[in-house]
Amino acid sequence: MIELVNVNKSFADKQVLFDINAKFEPGIPNLIIGASGGGKSVLLKCMVGLFKPESGSINYDGRDFVHLPYEKVREVRREIGMLFQGTALFDSLTVEENVDFPLKMFGKMTPDERKERINFCLSRVGLENANKKYPAEISGGMKKRVGIARAIALETRYLFCDEPNSGLDPITSRRIDELLHDITQEFKITTVINSHDMKTVYDIGESITFIYKGKVWWQGHRNDLDNTRAHNPELDAFIAASQF
Amino acid sequence: MNKLFFELGRYILFVRSMFFKPERFKVFFERTIHEMNNIGVGSIGIVTIISVFVGAVTTLQTAYQLVSPLIPMKVIGTIVSDSSLLEFAPTITCLVLAGKVGANIASEVGNMRVTEQIDALEVMGINSSGFLGLPKIIAGVIMIPCLIIVANFLMISGGILAARLTDLMSPNEFVQGARETFKMFTVTVSMTKALVFAFIITSMSTYEGYFTEGGALEVGEAGTRAVTRSCVLILFADFIIAKLML
Repeated sequence: MIELVNVNKSFADKQVLFDINAKFEPGIPNLIIGASGGGKSVLLKCMVGLFKPESGSINYDGRDFVHLPYEKVREVRREIGMLFQGTALFDSLTVEENVDFPLKMFGKMTPDERKERINFCLSRVGLENANKKYPAEISGGMKKRVGIARAIALETRYLFCDEPNSGLDPITSRRIDELLHDITQEFKITTVINSHDMKTVYDIGESITFIYKGKVWWQGHRNDLDNTRAHNPELDAFIAASQF
Repeated sequence: MNKLFFELGRYILFVRSMFFKPERFKVFFERTIHEMNNIGVGSIGIVTIISVFVGAVTTLQTAYQLVSPLIPMKVIGTIVSDSSLLEFAPTITCLVLAGKVGANIASEVGNMRVTEQIDALEVMGINSSGFLGLPKIIAGVIMIPCLIIVANFLMISGGILAARLTDLMSPNEFVQGARETFKMFTVTVSMTKALVFAFIITSMSTYEGYFTEGGALEVGEAGTRAVTRSCVLILFADFIIAKLML
């Protein structure tokens, strides 16, 4: 479980996150939703340690990520997988080498075991025949799937996805959503997905955190969304803008 | 002035952050060999062309300036070999390498920054500055001095060739002139310059790439800045080394 307590973040004089408190449970897709510029990506980057919050704590199963010494932070990071908005695959490596990268850096497997793990991860995301291709040679949807395969290669405990559907067609987008949902349940991962796609929210979202102007405006279950809308004009406007 | 100190401080902290114990020595070693190939083997062609022509032109221009019949022609060999070893081979070659290798490193690392590949390394718990920068620095300080040794040899060879082709003097005369006043210390100065310049090129270029913000345009600007700053620092370091060692 990941728990955020009073997380604040600013850049120069501009405060972006205000006292964020939230909990993300394992085994279910936790979605952070909100308009662009609302602070979703900054929150996600704070959670994975790319930005350091000014105050507050981010607890990974009781380990306060913000205040841990650097070596301990790196240990937690090795349990984290992240799917970036632009996938962030290494251009100079093949699909297979991208998935192998964390295994080679941190795994204690033999080359044969690594090969087996790579093939398992790639087949799990439905990419059996792309091992030797370079990222430039595959489609956007395939890149996302390679990104997911790389993120779960080390038997990740925490998976973060920043706009996993951006730039994808509706069919591929749905496949990625289903994949993230299935992987989360299958491996009991704590998955946090940043999205502004309401279709994803209704398809796979269970715990929903709505961020508005840098604050947690609402947090609850997907089933409560429709009831809450009536009393929450900001949430209602966001959902209505997505034509739901 | 504030910006200068900010950049200087950030550069020093960046260089310091690079020196770490590699996560996997095998991966680190492979990356270093790969960079040695890129920086060293990949630059042999341009270094060869520049060195031969600089040596040849220096010989012809020195001959043009030595108008007195009292000065023996072999002095040209002395001047060309000494100036090649002390200045032309390390400085001119490194200025060219700042353009070729420096721009390449800055754009590679800058592109990794804007496409979030560096963030991906950080999220995995990898010291990204060390992972990307240290193999380049090690490869540079090993391979660039090797290239300078080749450049020294080729500049003198270019000089001999030019002297021979223009009937200025025989190769024996040129070599005799070069050997008469040869001091091993000039090679030490040459290698010191090569090591310092190699560090400047690789670290400055990685630094510029690493702190790129934006997109393709900024990656290009980072490449330009890496080359400009490396060249200025090389010339500055050249002056300091000459003052301290000669």
